[in-house]
Amino acid sequence: MLQTAPRAPSDDKRWRMVDTRMRRLGFSPDGLIEVLHTAQEAFGYLEPEALDYIGASLGVPPSRVYGVATFYSHFTLKPKGRHTCVVCTGTACYINGAGAILRRIEDDLHVRPGETTEDEEVSLLTARCIGACSLAPAVVLDGRIQGKLGPDDVMNRLEQL
Amino acid sequence: MSMRTLTIDGVEVVGTEGQSVLDVARANGIPIPTLCHLDGLPDVGSCRLCVVEVQPSGRLVPACMLPVEEGLEVVANSETLHAHRRQIIELLFTERNHVCAVCVANNDCELQDRAQELGITHLDLCPVSPKLGVDASHELFAVDHNRCILCMRCVRVCADVEGANTWGVSGRGIDARLVTDAGTPWGESTTCTSCGKCVQVCPTGALFAKGRSVAQAKAQRPYLPFLARTAGAAR
Amino acid sequence: MSDAATLADHAGPSRGGRPDPHHDSTREADLPPLDDTTRMTAHVCQAAGCLSLRSDEVAKLLSERLHAGGVADVDVKRVGCLGLCAAGPLVHVPETGEMYGGVTPDSTALDDLVELLRTANPENGPRPELPSFFTRQTQIVLENSGHIDPEDIDDYLVNHGYEALRIAVTELTPEQVVEQVLVSGLRGRGGGGFPAGRKWQAVAAASATAGTVAASAASSNGAATGRDGRTYVVCNADEGDPGAFMDRSVLESDPHRVLEGMAIAGYAVGADKGYVYCRAEYPLAVKRLKTAIRQAKRRGFLGEGIAGSSFAFDVEVRLGAGAFVCGEETALLASIEGRRGTPRPRPPYPAVSGLWGRPTLINNVETFASVAPIIRNGGEWYARTGVGPSKGTKVFALAGRVVRTGLIEVPMGMTLRDVVYDIGGGIIDGRPFKAAQTGGPSGGCIPAEFLDIPLTYETLAEKGSIMGSGGMIIMDDTSCMVDVARYFMDFSRDESCGKCTPCRGGTTQLRMLLDRISEGRADLADLDRLEQLSLMVKRTSLCGLGQNAPNPILSTLRYFREEYLAHVTDRTCPAGVCSFCRVLADRAADGSGAAGGAAAAGTGAGTAVERDAAESAAVENDGVEEVAVA
Repeated sequence: MLQTAPRAPSDDKRWRMVDTRMRRLGFSPDGLIEVLHTAQEAFGYLEPEALDYIGASLGVPPSRVYGVATFYSHFTLKPKGRHTCVVCTGTACYINGAGAILRRIEDDLHVRPGETTEDEEVSLLTARCIGACSLAPAVVLDGRIQGKLGPDDVMNRLEQL
Repeated sequence: MSMRTLTIDGVEVVGTEGQSVLDVARANGIPIPTLCHLDGLPDVGSCRLCVVEVQPSGRLVPACMLPVEEGLEVVANSETLHAHRRQIIELLFTERNHVCAVCVANNDCELQDRAQELGITHLDLCPVSPKLGVDASHELFAVDHNRCILCMRCVRVCADVEGANTWGVSGRGIDARLVTDAGTPWGESTTCTSCGKCVQVCPTGALFAKGRSVAQAKAQRPYLPFLARTAGAAR
Repeated sequence: MSDAATLADHAGPSRGGRPDPHHDSTREADLPPLDDTTRMTAHVCQAAGCLSLRSDEVAKLLSERLHAGGVADVDVKRVGCLGLCAAGPLVHVPETGEMYGGVTPDSTALDDLVELLRTANPENGPRPELPSFFTRQTQIVLENSGHIDPEDIDDYLVNHGYEALRIAVTELTPEQVVEQVLVSGLRGRGGGGFPAGRKWQAVAAASATAGTVAASAASSNGAATGRDGRTYVVCNADEGDPGAFMDRSVLESDPHRVLEGMAIAGYAVGADKGYVYCRAEYPLAVKRLKTAIRQAKRRGFLGEGIAGSSFAFDVEVRLGAGAFVCGEETALLASIEGRRGTPRPRPPYPAVSGLWGRPTLINNVETFASVAPIIRNGGEWYARTGVGPSKGTKVFALAGRVVRTGLIEVPMGMTLRDVVYDIGGGIIDGRPFKAAQTGGPSGGCIPAEFLDIPLTYETLAEKGSIMGSGGMIIMDDTSCMVDVARYFMDFSRDESCGKCTPCRGGTTQLRMLLDRISEGRADLADLDRLEQLSLMVKRTSLCGLGQNAPNPILSTLRYFREEYLAHVTDRTCPAGVCSFCRVLADRAADGSGAAGGAAAAGTGAGTAVERDAAESAAVENDGVEEVAVA
């Protein structure tokens, strides 16, 4: 039986980024995490088709791809909102009031960490430590670290996004 | 094969290179309880039930993964070790929902056996009581996550003996769960060969053949060491 | 908290200085003449802390305004971390030794700075008095941080960059390199504290044996898989401790130094391939590291024939994906191999069987960053700093309730008091020091009675904590130690990989017990359960995560048992943090709402109410008050 190479789930150009990354890594199963990073960067999250395609291309069984994708907290299998808000819950942030910020966002936007608001505007995430302890409490809004903010400041900046 | 003399619980015993302390202890009638270990499967040392104390450091090492060495001295049974083992069993009971009275594996369950051997009569810690489901989508078998102890025997037998890699683990920590394929229902798995080995190696009633009622399951697995040898040779 | 007050303390005066590291007298002379007429340089910090306060714009605005103002003899340079992160964005003028804090793009400080730079004359006047934040430090690992442009290899080269690598590969044998590291007394800076030299020796030995076996095997069957006979060097940059940012800062400020250390290690142990396993949460560090690798390859410091020798060494970056357990070496290796980051029992140690079963040397960022100065100046030179078996310096990320937070490097053996009060400037608002938490979720709390202990691997371990990777969180009387223990146990439970029973189930149970205590639902038997289970998890867990996870509980029980007792017997939180305690106590006092809390607290394990509460608490990420509301 002739084996054919797996085909990308769609004509979406972003698959080329994933393909390029896989080729650079020699389609080695060891590159799984690297490729998942690339796919998540390209699509914002890892959809089931992406997991299937990557697994098939690298020769990793579906159970292992799924196991890896769910083991690491950086990977998300659900689509993200237009904006992301990461609240750092590292020790320095924790003792400087990260909890109050988190509760305020949860209450005002009705989301829990790991969820996206109903209007798909904001995804709320928590990070164990972003290493910006001197700016505690720190929040990352759309990839930009913002430090020393109170709950009100965070809500204001969220509204400005 | 070179011989190694070692001491287990003060008794001088002899093993051969490549054997584990567990192998030698069993050959000499020294009891060491196990759960994740199964003859024929590669060891992972994860249940921690078989931990023994290596002297003189007192470090705890799983006997199933401790290679014999000349002059090695281990304590396999002591009041402290038994207390640790009882607590490990207790932790297993608290993290899922084990109800022997309605379990298909009642009286043929290794978790139950270990609990009885170690004299566990009640739980001192609070149960976590997670809400877990049963996947009965497969035509022959079912998985009840309430009874899983994450020993990984099914994962190992499926990967290393059957070579299907259907079983895996998703999530981590207390939220770690067995999964078939990419979290797809077992019945829709594209890799499962329906060989049933996972059901035979399961130490509890988590994996069972459909149609069995309470206390009707009986694990059949004497074939495993032979299969494992063939699979190993093929690799 | 009031950040204005914090900033005012050091940034307000807008003046501080920075000492010259010990061989700095030659440094400024070494700087390339950027412009023949350069009178002064303004170093603008571009590390993550200052960048988040838009220091990139500051650098741009500064050069624009200077240019517009006709000031042509001041050069604006983008540098790595200047250390005093609390006062960012920071600008340092080495010619005058002055440091300016709080220079945000829209502040008047920026205008003032332009004016100062226009008129200041480095020849004039005495150098400013240096605050002890800087004078008490000894910078070896951080010697280039804040001085060089981390994205410019030339700047690294004129500051002794790759000199040690050249010396190693052209003048020393691999054995001699290992010898120098042994003599230096350098120990693993990732937390374990294992002597680096001995690790290198073990890998070199394993590499020699494995290499010959594989070479003969490869020649006989002619089909090398590409991995036969290889030895690997892995840099652990998976800095996962909450409250630690040493590695991030080193990678952002001086990435070449880490690469140089890895290449020297590769030469010493016979490896030709290195991996840096870096957290994905550090995008800037990753970017600068990749830039550095590209530059080093182009200049022949990585790749084939390094520094004209026959030595070849290549480095690749692998991204972590948010799993603290991957800081454990066997889990880290599993992750580089693209698998779930679950650890495996040792032995075999990675030195013998690591990546793809090959001999592998694993050290962390700070350890590798210490190597180049050791080779350049000799192991004995390094061993002169420090005390007893703890040699050299240690980088700490000072954070928490201390006035000056930031990145510091001090000689091993400096007392905790000096770090907190001299360098850190004491506690915010002059409150009393309560405890220093070192080692993150694997470490413990050092109480005030031990403020005068020297900071070494030995003394910290003796007091029930660990050196760890260098996170140091200072706490005052506003922190509840039960809550702190609960915070760390929450962390460990979330980060447990789930492979072994004691860690998976134990951290869950410990967290539930701490919930009961902090919510005023526990009795004295729960306190015994907590201690007993902690000891069991510590002894029987598979890897370092589980074995050290109970440390925050054990150390707080050791030094702050009365706080636990207050929660259990009096149902009060002395620090006033555990609000549920107060709610319950109030309710109990006026006789209402006893069913949900106080009544259940006395009856021990197993009631439905209690189980529900524990369960709902277990799924809460955080939220003492939230539970109280519910």
